Amino acid sequence: MDRYIARGSGIAARMLGGEMMVMSTTDSTFFSLNEVATVIWQAADGRTPLSEIVANKICLEFDVDQERAQVGADRFVDELSRHGILLVSEHPWISSLQMRESR
Amino acid sequence: MTLLSEMNQRALELGVPLSVHLDLTYRCNERCVHCYLDHDDHGEMTTVEIADLLVQFADAGVFFLSLSGGEVFMRRDFFEIVERARRLLFNVKIKTNGVMIHEAEAAGLRQLGVEQVQISVYSHRPEIHDAITKLPGSLNRTIKAIRFLKAQGLKVSISNVVMNANATDQRGVMMLARELGVEYTLDPTITPKLDGDTSILSHRITGDELKRIFHDPELVGDVGEFCAAPPPPGRDVMEGLPCSAGHTACYISPYGDVFPCVQFPRPCGNVRRQKFLDIWRHSPQLNEVRSIRAKDLPTCSTCAHVGTCTRCPGLAYMEGDMRGPSTADCEKSFYRTGMPSANMLQRKLPGSVGPLIQIQGVTCVRSASVVAAANALTD
Repeated sequence: MDRYIARGSGIAARMLGGEMMVMSTTDSTFFSLNEVATVIWQAADGRTPLSEIVANKICLEFDVDQERAQVGADRFVDELSRHGILLVSEHPWISSLQMRESR
Repeated sequence: MTLLSEMNQRALELGVPLSVHLDLTYRCNERCVHCYLDHDDHGEMTTVEIADLLVQFADAGVFFLSLSGGEVFMRRDFFEIVERARRLLFNVKIKTNGVMIHEAEAAGLRQLGVEQVQISVYSHRPEIHDAITKLPGSLNRTIKAIRFLKAQGLKVSISNVVMNANATDQRGVMMLARELGVEYTLDPTITPKLDGDTSILSHRITGDELKRIFHDPELVGDVGEFCAAPPPPGRDVMEGLPCSAGHTACYISPYGDVFPCVQFPRPCGNVRRQKFLDIWRHSPQLNEVRSIRAKDLPTCSTCAHVGTCTRCPGLAYMEGDMRGPSTADCEKSFYRTGMPSANMLQRKLPGSVGPLIQIQGVTCVRSASVVAAANALTD
């Protein structure tokens, strides 16, 4: 079953030297995303299935096979969703996401 | 190295202002005896100006945004400002006295995703706290605010500024913080007013009190470690930066003035006349602050405490020389370790448990008080 990911509302985020810094304002956990994770983060629009992000962004941009990339992406999404940084659903998210694209 | 310190290091290398402290107003509903601000409104930035500034901050890479004052809730547009800041994904911390926070305000802050609220509490005793704030009933209202914020699940910390009037109340405030389930931080620093007036420094606690605080395991943890004599400074210390002021952090006043830090009132530009990033990158004043390393400090570089001192370049600046010692921090180092600083030795102030030297003037008047203190030591 495919999954849709969206950025949570209780987050702070900023790009610093090509890496995305993300912090949960709820539990103050802090993450520095590498290039691959940053791409997934930026593509987390709530409408694009995670598998599509992996296939169309990760595999193409980073020359990695889809199965391996999918495993990594799933782990990353599970970890961030535990802190409310990413929201995961089996269905596309609608316009509850008001936050602007992080800079 | 923690992730946060890695981030700081990266920001330093890239010249990114990771943290900004923005005072939204100097107006306040309290009149704290030790406050360094002029509470009149001399033309605060408007909502539109602040909204534009927030966008500039985000573009510059600012991540941590502290909104403070004055009392932030004195601004009718406060929630609009916080909302704009959160839409730009800043990590927002609010500093407030809490007096104007009720259930609705606490819920609003929670909804907007404010990361932390820092609240000033001076004493667990209403008669002491209210005498400092000069607002009857203020402790009661502040404690209610903390409960409202906690009920919303917000992270709250109590900031306990220590001065003569509340010199023995730290443990009481700490117990109050525990009871409320919030963090506690202690700060014995009283700074001159921003206009240079040093009269409020008379509220600083005595050296004996400072020594007692630094040797209280409830307040500092491992006393042996906290009060240990400083190790000999290595080369990395001498090449080190005094603090983050002007390097990865800065301060903006309600009138748009940019300073290296809230405690470092060296004007570096004004965002009403120049873009923030232009000031951050090109201000000669900021660049001069950035150029200073520990080895460039004539007195402090010869001091045994150079690697461990809390020397504040802003306080040194207010004493007349940003490359000079900060007397208040010399005294902290002394009362913590028992070892006089190079500055104290140069001024013939041997280690003593005598009264803390009260700085009476920013520059020349200080020498008079030093003579008086030296006389007291030899009596």
